[in-house]
Amino acid sequence: MSLDSKIPEGPIDQKWTKHKMDSKLINPSNKRKFKVIVVGSGLAGGSAAASLSEMGYQVKCFCYQDSPRRAHSIAAQGGINAAKNYQNDGDSVYRLFYDTVKGGDFRSREANVHRLAEVSSNIIDQCTAQGVPFAREYGGLLDNRSFGGAQVSRTFYARGQTGQQLLIGCYQALQKEISKGGVEMHTRTEMMDVVLVDGHAKGIVVRDLVTGEISSHAADAVCLATGGYGNVFYLSTNAMGCNVTAAFKAYKRGAYIANPCYTQIHPTCIPVSGDYQSKLTLMSESLRNDGRIWVPVSKEDAEAIRTGNKKPEDIAEEDRDYYLERKYPSFGNLAPRDISSRAAKEVCDEGRGVAPTGLGVYLDFKDAIGRLGEDVIRARYGNLFQMYEKISGDNPYQTPMQIFPAVHYTMGGLWVDYNLQTTIPGLHCLGEANFSDHGANRLGASALMQGLADGYFVIPTTIANYLADQKPGSINTDMDEFTQAESTVKERIEQLININGSRTVDSFHKELGLLVWEQCGMGRSKEGLEMALKRIPEIREEFWTNARIPGDANGVNTELEKAGRVADFLEFAEVMCTDALNREESCGGHFRLEYQFTEDSDEVKEGKTQAGEALRRDAEYAYVAAWEFNGVGTPPTLHKEELEFENVHLAIRSYA
Amino acid sequence: MNLTLKVWRQKSVHDDGLIETYQAKDIPIEASFLEMLDIVNQRIIIDGGEPIHFDYDCREGICGQCSLTINGIPHSKERGVTACQLHMRKFKDGDTIWIEPFRAKAFPLQRDLMVDRSAFDRIIAAGGFIDVRTGSAQDANNLPVAKTRADSAMDAAACIGCGACVAACKNASAMLFVSAKAAHLNLLPQGAPEKDKRVLGMVRQMDAEGFGNCTNLYECEAVCPKEISTENIARLNRDYAVALAKEATV
Repeated sequence: MSLDSKIPEGPIDQKWTKHKMDSKLINPSNKRKFKVIVVGSGLAGGSAAASLSEMGYQVKCFCYQDSPRRAHSIAAQGGINAAKNYQNDGDSVYRLFYDTVKGGDFRSREANVHRLAEVSSNIIDQCTAQGVPFAREYGGLLDNRSFGGAQVSRTFYARGQTGQQLLIGCYQALQKEISKGGVEMHTRTEMMDVVLVDGHAKGIVVRDLVTGEISSHAADAVCLATGGYGNVFYLSTNAMGCNVTAAFKAYKRGAYIANPCYTQIHPTCIPVSGDYQSKLTLMSESLRNDGRIWVPVSKEDAEAIRTGNKKPEDIAEEDRDYYLERKYPSFGNLAPRDISSRAAKEVCDEGRGVAPTGLGVYLDFKDAIGRLGEDVIRARYGNLFQMYEKISGDNPYQTPMQIFPAVHYTMGGLWVDYNLQTTIPGLHCLGEANFSDHGANRLGASALMQGLADGYFVIPTTIANYLADQKPGSINTDMDEFTQAESTVKERIEQLININGSRTVDSFHKELGLLVWEQCGMGRSKEGLEMALKRIPEIREEFWTNARIPGDANGVNTELEKAGRVADFLEFAEVMCTDALNREESCGGHFRLEYQFTEDSDEVKEGKTQAGEALRRDAEYAYVAAWEFNGVGTPPTLHKEELEFENVHLAIRSYA
Repeated sequence: MNLTLKVWRQKSVHDDGLIETYQAKDIPIEASFLEMLDIVNQRIIIDGGEPIHFDYDCREGICGQCSLTINGIPHSKERGVTACQLHMRKFKDGDTIWIEPFRAKAFPLQRDLMVDRSAFDRIIAAGGFIDVRTGSAQDANNLPVAKTRADSAMDAAACIGCGACVAACKNASAMLFVSAKAAHLNLLPQGAPEKDKRVLGMVRQMDAEGFGNCTNLYECEAVCPKEISTENIARLNRDYAVALAKEATV
């Protein structure tokens, strides 16, 4: 199948307007005849479910948590971007578009990114009207802060809990629609498969996580808004339940997965301290507005700190290397995430890391406290400082934080066209679960923007292009396709319960996670990826013969839930590594050790970039890699969507 | 460190529950409380048992899903933390720790330490929102809000809906939860048009769910991981009285 991205004709700033005009409409009395399933209740799913219901569609929404308010969007700390230009600092829709395309290292689709920038302002208006308590200035108007990869201040925030407040706004809209009867909500319910009728997505099979019951739901269209796959690495900043299952089941039914190797390693997380650890905690990027990142200049000082013989306060100013400020003077500590993470890895690889494990750098607020006073810093970051102290036991007002990069976000996901439809007709994908807007690296404060753009403003328009050609109510769950999908789901659960092995599910997840972190994490190589691709099937085989899943499938069984998700990660990891192996270039979060600038490169000699920076190969790889499933253990087929840059000139990404 | 755990086990809402004893050996002090339970569970599974079921998701104190009563206090005696933010360095080697679910009539038990808090969702559905259709909003800066007022709304909006306030209250009252949501929306000009309808709807739903009445014990404020103030309850009582009076005169 060839990939048709359905990008509208015309100049970039008129594509979305034109597309809205050209999109099909469904009249209000017909809308209520259509059923739409939304899987996931985070910013993308919750806003889509609420908005579609407001328009008159019959919506069923599903989440695995005990309430839609708990979706992991809630954990986003720093903020949400919008091209309001309230600061009069030269921001515009075009600049947000430009920054996002450049930030994504020229691997995103221009038309989608421009649309995102266009609707960004509407999101702020919508959320404010819902009562989201954004930070305000004394005049009563909205305040902004700066985020990485931008030289304007366009980030709106609600203390360090922006994601929470946006999600609660969206959850309240959802509850409002539930009370009006427009949305039927299913909590503690996990999607187990997509059901296709004549090649179209017409329903899902779910498991009730309380009773264990397997059941089907039919609809005229299905939207997946099921988040990212960061937990393939086991340790990440994702919530424990985040998983790839819904997206992966769709892949196995024919939806393509695009660019799975684009994973974001966030530079400022609390370092790993031991193998008991279940997750990593993010310290918001907003801290880099005032915090300065450094390690000692000498390995000896770093060693002394690690062994407890020196404290950070003992290192004189001239013996500190503020390496981001040194390497990227224009952006300094606000260099984009991929670049900041790699720089941290580099100094730690040189033996200058400061955490006991050697994997940590300082984020220091001493200068900011001296300049602004402790009260100002407390007002800006109080809850983050408190969170840090609870976990680490250190007081960041007195001693610098220790931070290290950790898996945070995944730019890859199900391939979608401009209408957010996957390669399966009727199956749409929203938010982090799709691939389209962030290219190879997402800028800070852009995830909340994308999730809400997709849910509030894009899908309500574009879904009609599919539904208008459908006959509503033609599908019911008595059809063979549903019965068959249900029995496949039941068989897989039976299989899991009956393995009766001797290793816990977590032990397999940790083993897989460590392997992909080492071979498909911050630095990747052909050799390492080939090794991982050999090793993953072996771990998978052992999982299916030696995992121990206690209890039965009739009721609450969290080990069974985990096992199903880990089984999917064990298949998904192969696709991710295959994609990373195929992409013989470095771009954004995908850094192939073989492809980096060296002292001998002409571009370095000309001063356009520095040795060690990512070497993109636009002539060969300026495409979206969309993978088609061919069976477990069989290599997937690559389909290419060539990316065209008509507005942003392809260039070496420089933040120096 | 080595600990003795006394844990509430109950297969389902239809089965009887009991306290069982577990030894938690060689627990690193850097581990979080939930990671300590992970370690214990891994050993239970290896030994052929069924793990202790408990709720969690984000493990960074914001999703509100974790819900353990630790030594008789929801989320533990530490101030301003959820159970997932509690670390083992707060305990001593040899301690005995009692772990129970959040108990309340309106929170039926699902398994072991997991309870059903969907009553909270139904309270929000009864008025805890501003009815604004997507696409109909004006420019965000057309409606200035005094910073102090916006900050008070944010203080109330910090609620994570965990239900510790209910579990800590001997009446199992949900007044702190309900009043926090009412305060968040009623304090803002955007929330003003529906203020009366909101408080009447939410309070009536709260009563229908079987939550008890507030008798000003302030246990809720003491255990709230987000340290939400009981001033919100006073505000809700006032708003509710006004709304009732208005309703009677319409």
